[in-house]
Amino acid sequence: MIKIILLLLFVVTGTFSRGQSSDAILIAAASDLKFALDSVVTVFKKAHPGASIEVTYGSSGKLFEQISHTAPFDLFFSADIEYPLTLRKKGIAVSEVYPYGIGRIVIWSQVIDPNKEQINSLQDKMVNNIAIANPQHAPYGRRAEEALKHYNLYEMVKGKLVYGENISQAAQFVTAGAADAGIIALSLALSPTMKKLNGHYYVIPETAHKPLEQGFVILKKAEQNPVAIAFKDFMLGTEATKILGNFGFTKK
Amino acid sequence: MLQWDPFILTFKLATVTTVILFLLSVPLAYWLTYSRYKIKYVVEALVGLPLILPPSVLGFYLLLAFSPQNAFGKFLEQYFDLRLVFTFEGLIVASIIYSLPFMVQPIHNGLKLLPLSLVEASYTLGKGRLTTLLRVLLPNIRTSLITAFVLSFAHTVGEFGVVLMVGGNIPRETRVVSIALYDEVEAMNYQQANLYAITLLLFAFLTLLIVYLVNYRSRFGKVL
Repeated sequence: MIKIILLLLFVVTGTFSRGQSSDAILIAAASDLKFALDSVVTVFKKAHPGASIEVTYGSSGKLFEQISHTAPFDLFFSADIEYPLTLRKKGIAVSEVYPYGIGRIVIWSQVIDPNKEQINSLQDKMVNNIAIANPQHAPYGRRAEEALKHYNLYEMVKGKLVYGENISQAAQFVTAGAADAGIIALSLALSPTMKKLNGHYYVIPETAHKPLEQGFVILKKAEQNPVAIAFKDFMLGTEATKILGNFGFTKK
Repeated sequence: MLQWDPFILTFKLATVTTVILFLLSVPLAYWLTYSRYKIKYVVEALVGLPLILPPSVLGFYLLLAFSPQNAFGKFLEQYFDLRLVFTFEGLIVASIIYSLPFMVQPIHNGLKLLPLSLVEASYTLGKGRLTTLLRVLLPNIRTSLITAFVLSFAHTVGEFGVVLMVGGNIPRETRVVSIALYDEVEAMNYQQANLYAITLLLFAFLTLLIVYLVNYRSRFGKVL
């Protein structure tokens, strides 16, 4: 029995080879980029067939925490440009911070058409739950709260709020019908996955909240990585900018 | 299309964890059974903790302990070049702690049920403690060992909260099936999520079926 166990252990650890090759990069990205960045990566891969790019999505604040605690990412795309700026100050990011767009928030619902009553549609009788991202670590959640406070609605709808771990979980709550309405990212509302659904969205005016200025950086791990640098250049080019534009990201 | 990476990773994690757990748990269960020290009840309670502790509690403390910014993490990094936060190695350590009761308790229970005369007979025949353990005790609790193996493996496969906290969702490093499933739900990829979920569901069902089948057959004198 012990022989079998030792053999098993040997086989498993023996076949367990890791070591990332130099043409592979790992990106940590804000959840609002879920569909937009996937499109950019697909187009980039057509031009660089050998490159392997993997993206882990999450709330910017959580990814920031993980990167600060040495998570092995090469690039970091944040929905709040403050996070990459802080990483740069700490010396964890090695490039300058590249802004890639301004995000917008929308009210999205399958139960009501928020274009009729606009921001006040959140007070509709049909709306029992409103999904937003967790404001503690998700920039979109913070902006959603700011907008609600701006319209003096926060106290009124506070009891209806449900919190997603990040903006794409908040979106998932509304698309699954678990929440009747949500304040989510325009970039998600414009994705083919959400457009297919029977939902309506209303873009909340920019004046209601601080701008969702977004930016990315190259992290220390990828300092010499040619794929990371090629991807950075691609992100700043016209093709990627056009794709991001299709997902509602505007440039300053 | 179903991605295989999370499955391969989960299988590796569960296998390595189960094997290491077995090597740790046999001496531990032996000690718990035959020791006369009262402190063994404290150890037994500690071993059982993961059964009732929320995984986030364990995840939180492991995250603190593993972080290179703190003493233990710094020590591992400086002397062994080992980083446990956001790595596969870290998941192994976390899983060992998390699945410990699932390995120790069946073995401990198996040993407790063996008559003491069995041990005494072996000693009388001049066999030492180690030989008695390997040649007399363990073969007599084969059913418990199989149960312990299968449950530890399955419990590690089903891990979620701890991995979420100390793993960080890194492809081919810490993105196990349960995390990949969570990811697909967030991406509203319900079809893909369903594939992961149904696989885990079938696996869990088969696991329990095996455990019950083994226990049933052993009662009638036939062990696998």
